[in-house]
Amino acid sequence: MSQTVDAPAPPARDERIRQKTPLQRLMARPEVGALAGAIVIFAFFFIVAEPFRDASSLASVLYVSSTYGIPAVAVALLMIGGEFDLSVGVAVTSSALVASMFSYEFSVNMWLGVLVALVVSLAIGFANGWLVVKTGIPSFLVTLGTFFMLTGLNLGMTKVITGNVATNDVSNIDGFASAKKVFASVWTIGGVGIRITLLWWIVFILVATWILLRTHVGNWIFAVGGSAQSSRAVGVPVNRVKIGLFMAVGFTAWFMGMHILFAFNTVQSGLGVGNEFYYIIAAVVGGCLLTGGYGSAIGAGIGAFIFGMTNQGIVYAGWNPDWFKFFVGALLLGAILLNTYIRRRAEASR
Amino acid sequence: MTTTADTKTGAPLVRLTDAAKHYGNIIALSGITLEVGVGEVTCVLGDNGAGKSTLIKIIAGLHQHTEGTYEVEGEPVRFNSPREALDHGIATVYQDLAVVPLMPVWRNFFLGNEIRKGPSLDISAMRRMTKKELLDMGIDLRDVDQPIGTLSGGERQCVAISRAVHFGAKVLILDEPTAALGVKQSGVVLKYIINARERGLGVIFITHNPHHAYPVGDRFLLLKRGKNIGYFRKNEVTRDELTALMAGGAELEELSHELESAGGAAAEAAHVLGEEVHELGITPQAGGSSQ
Repeated sequence: MSQTVDAPAPPARDERIRQKTPLQRLMARPEVGALAGAIVIFAFFFIVAEPFRDASSLASVLYVSSTYGIPAVAVALLMIGGEFDLSVGVAVTSSALVASMFSYEFSVNMWLGVLVALVVSLAIGFANGWLVVKTGIPSFLVTLGTFFMLTGLNLGMTKVITGNVATNDVSNIDGFASAKKVFASVWTIGGVGIRITLLWWIVFILVATWILLRTHVGNWIFAVGGSAQSSRAVGVPVNRVKIGLFMAVGFTAWFMGMHILFAFNTVQSGLGVGNEFYYIIAAVVGGCLLTGGYGSAIGAGIGAFIFGMTNQGIVYAGWNPDWFKFFVGALLLGAILLNTYIRRRAEASR
Repeated sequence: MTTTADTKTGAPLVRLTDAAKHYGNIIALSGITLEVGVGEVTCVLGDNGAGKSTLIKIIAGLHQHTEGTYEVEGEPVRFNSPREALDHGIATVYQDLAVVPLMPVWRNFFLGNEIRKGPSLDISAMRRMTKKELLDMGIDLRDVDQPIGTLSGGERQCVAISRAVHFGAKVLILDEPTAALGVKQSGVVLKYIINARERGLGVIFITHNPHHAYPVGDRFLLLKRGKNIGYFRKNEVTRDELTALMAGGAELEELSHELESAGGAAAEAAHVLGEEVHELGITPQAGGSSQ
């Protein structure tokens, strides 16, 4: 019971709460389990894989992490808002295909294709969200449907338009160079190539964290995920928040699609299937509750970093890549267990 | 009794006159008259299916009455949504719909009415106001940052109620606020209802427990099968009469007969029940005495 009857005026600091140490405050954060897991996995590969210790290896780990991490940021927000999106992985490819084929087939500036792709990606997000809130069908099923539809569309449309399973090289089209600067440039710092996606990844995490913790929209995201009915009862526009979250996922899918297009010049139409799970896993490892209402964008970032380390670490350790997915699964399961254990302890110590 | 704006007209905050609600050919509610004034608590009592929820849905704006009149401060109204009712200062606190358990107390308190400073939230102001507002209502929280789910059920109800008060409610409708609570927590909520009354709010308190209703109520409306079976001021009725009416003397006697015919231990139970009926002085006519 946290009540007393004979309370004086509110003191600046309540004498009934012990001052929390910075460590205790850290322990109560949702991302603490992921952080512990990341440290363990980093130490593990640092010991077993010699090439992992190079600065250039860290750069490539961070690059891989950012390619999973950018969509994972929006997927984490969506999950905090209580919904799922299984169509993100292929939506990334759809976006790249649209931009590439639009600019190539109509012979227009690359930036116009980029813009059209953005509209298409946001529309896919809107359609997912609209179907979920209007029909009340679980987002798992709605987006499973759109996942298959997009997979088929990617392949079918590409074959119809280009006669091939991949798009044509767009590197000679006007605007390609400037777009590549934005979405896929590389800087060399001290002999190590740093990809721009790393920078964008950090920007996305910071923006998402600010939205979640410091704006009323963030308050609404937590609320609709925690209890949609309660939120509606106090006047939160639940449907608009959810559709907006699906569109945010569409936005990051567009961003990743553009990176793939400008990094590789052509797009394979079958790409992206299965990536949606990696985004979801990154969010969950990062402390997002599958049922919604709890989680953090920073956590999703750490989750993606764990994934990037595992992905690259296995190569650096010189293990047979046939076992790759087994190790990914085992390490992720381990991270989730550790995460859950630490979170329970953190909650108990509150 | 406080003197506030509405005394200029002398009209109560909420008044239903001969209200009825039909769903197609089903008569859910008929001939209901009820009022709640400034600084008054009107209790609505009834068993399951008595029409309590239909009644609050009309007052809260979820449904419209089909007959009779509904006045707010003397002005006839017909609400199309809970938002409209809210704009007239009528706030409903539902038992389960009150809060988002995983969110901190202050975020719950300001949910949907966040204070902004530029594009971002004014967190320190909201923390401070939550603490103060709850303290004013007699709830002294250690930490407004704790998830509201860690509070007891009674405290959660109180936070939801004080939120409604803070955001300008003149009439509070409380839907079975004590139904899922233990004795001690119910006490907390009842104390809170008295606090709200003393602040000059009108309270409509829905319950099926006459022991909770009697100490805080100024008026009592008893419902049964969609009909008014008694409407009393506090000085017109005793708690035992209220209990007797709620239980329904005739039904208790019937139950007693039923048990008796079963024989054995059941017959003993029937004896106890019979004594209780006798002690309460229940007769089937008891209800008609006042109204």
